[in-house]
Amino acid sequence: MADRRTGTAVHNRPGPARHVLRLVVTVYLVLLVAWPVALVGRNAFGNGLTDLEGILNDPDVVHALRLTVTVAVTAVLINTVFGVGISLLLVRYDFPGKRLLNALLDVPLSVSPIVVGLALVLVYGGRSGWFGPTLESAGFQVIFATPGIVLATVFVALPLVIREVVPVLQEVGDEQEQAARSLGAGAVQTFLRITLPTIKWGVVYGVVLSLARSLGEFGAVKVVSGNVLGQTRTATLVVEEKYLNFDKGGAYATALLLTLVAVAAIIVVSVLRPKEPR
Amino acid sequence: MSIEIANVSKRFGNFVALDDVSVSIPSGRLTALLGPSGGGKSTLLRIIAGLESADSGRVEIEGLDATNLPPQRRNVGFVFQHYAAFKHLSVWRNVAFGLEIRRRPKAEIRSRVEELLALVHLEQFADRLPSQLSGGQRQRMALARALAVQPTVLLLDEPFGALDAKVRKELREWLRRLHDEVHVTTVFVTHDQEEALEVADEIVVINEGRIEQIGSPDELYDRPANDFVMRFLGPVTQLGDRLVRPHDVQIQVGEGKEDPAEVTGRVTRVTRVGFEIRVEVTGNDQVVTVTLTRNEFLAMDLQVGTTVRVRIAPEVHAGTVAVDQAQLLAT
Repeated sequence: MADRRTGTAVHNRPGPARHVLRLVVTVYLVLLVAWPVALVGRNAFGNGLTDLEGILNDPDVVHALRLTVTVAVTAVLINTVFGVGISLLLVRYDFPGKRLLNALLDVPLSVSPIVVGLALVLVYGGRSGWFGPTLESAGFQVIFATPGIVLATVFVALPLVIREVVPVLQEVGDEQEQAARSLGAGAVQTFLRITLPTIKWGVVYGVVLSLARSLGEFGAVKVVSGNVLGQTRTATLVVEEKYLNFDKGGAYATALLLTLVAVAAIIVVSVLRPKEPR
Repeated sequence: MSIEIANVSKRFGNFVALDDVSVSIPSGRLTALLGPSGGGKSTLLRIIAGLESADSGRVEIEGLDATNLPPQRRNVGFVFQHYAAFKHLSVWRNVAFGLEIRRRPKAEIRSRVEELLALVHLEQFADRLPSQLSGGQRQRMALARALAVQPTVLLLDEPFGALDAKVRKELREWLRRLHDEVHVTTVFVTHDQEEALEVADEIVVINEGRIEQIGSPDELYDRPANDFVMRFLGPVTQLGDRLVRPHDVQIQVGEGKEDPAEVTGRVTRVTRVGFEIRVEVTGNDQVVTVTLTRNEFLAMDLQVGTTVRVRIAPEVHAGTVAVDQAQLLAT
């Protein structure tokens, strides 16, 4: 803390290099992020509120938005539970194959989502998949149904909670947990009373990132959902569909809604976040 | 006997941390596990607490076989070098933690926590977070937290190691007084021989995974079992083939008669450290260090170059050790 403050103090001295750097970064961010996103907003209101009203009155779009929220929330819940579990496993325990598991966890980030979609179809596809026909005969359809969309979303957002929680766990070490054990707390009590409050903010960031990623997933979902109007079409697929069908106003309005949810999540977290870093 | 450790061994990969260690730690006393870093003393403490498991051997706490008990079932209090404070909980909640886990009634928790905060002089800090305390205060909080559950034994792992020298000294005197009040069986790990000699009733010297000697501070200092203990517990110098404490060497001005116990030499160096004067005498190809008080030194009028004779004070022969030839060659 003290060091950081001294560090900033030194850099706060105005100098030409600092101004140039600031200008470059600002221009870069405006051209790359702020301006394009702002234009989406502007185009959404290009015809006043008509487009927004239009999509909100369209039952198929409302269904798509609902589906997207359901899928995203389910995927985030699953990823949070497994993410925290896998993080604890990676940081607190040693086992053969740990490095392999660690590397495997980055696959969803490095592989194109459309490949993820194809891979899932190969395994869970209803007719020719490896496991799909078995599930289907048991009355459980994965591909071209909600479970498949959730599965694809979980897959692509899998590492986000883990990558936030692992560094926090490593930094705090396990002494507090050992102290709790020596004071009589069992494994569950130690986790709930000590570990979870300690990694709370890491989990929250992971959840927000996962939520944003899950709301916006397109490629993998497009392959596994079948894109059936009013059934398995999610919000991102609606945007594409409307855009391709020259309903640009509707596409921008839907895109704006997706953006707003993600931005809102980030704002809520930065407001809730304690001022002092741990 | 409060803690019985029988034939405990522990390896980390190829490193032998403990090699068939057996020791009995008496009830109600303050025992120090003393030794150099990496000697196995912390590992032994963590095995007693159940934070580490022994590869073989038995641990018994107050007659109860604890070898396979998890830490939360051993009823030990553990204090860590770096405090292990629960950072998201106030001082009050930290101390109350063990009692809340045990689901004690609220009124009992309140009175017990208040009593303990008073004992460690932290009453006015009850609502602060650990990050708002100094290192010494955090460690006192950790001690109160460990004592709150009325542990059978209190285990402290280098409790003052992370504190600066002055706070360290204050806290170890305070620990001694606290123990005289509370009387809980206490084991603490330290690599600081002065700390062990000052605070402990009994010292267990551990080196390279083995126990070198067990005894009271006086026994260890005056009658060390071997030259490792002798060297580790205080300054030594070599006279003939004996190791001896520099303050147990007598020095006299002038050449002596042919006495085999005496060595004649010349003063080659005089260093003053506060009240203590260190005189180096070179004779028979050997440098002997003698420490004198300021008054003794002035009375003798020693100068560099003065011819003197030195001998081991006759009453302290028990406090010398024959030099281990193997170790001598190694150094």
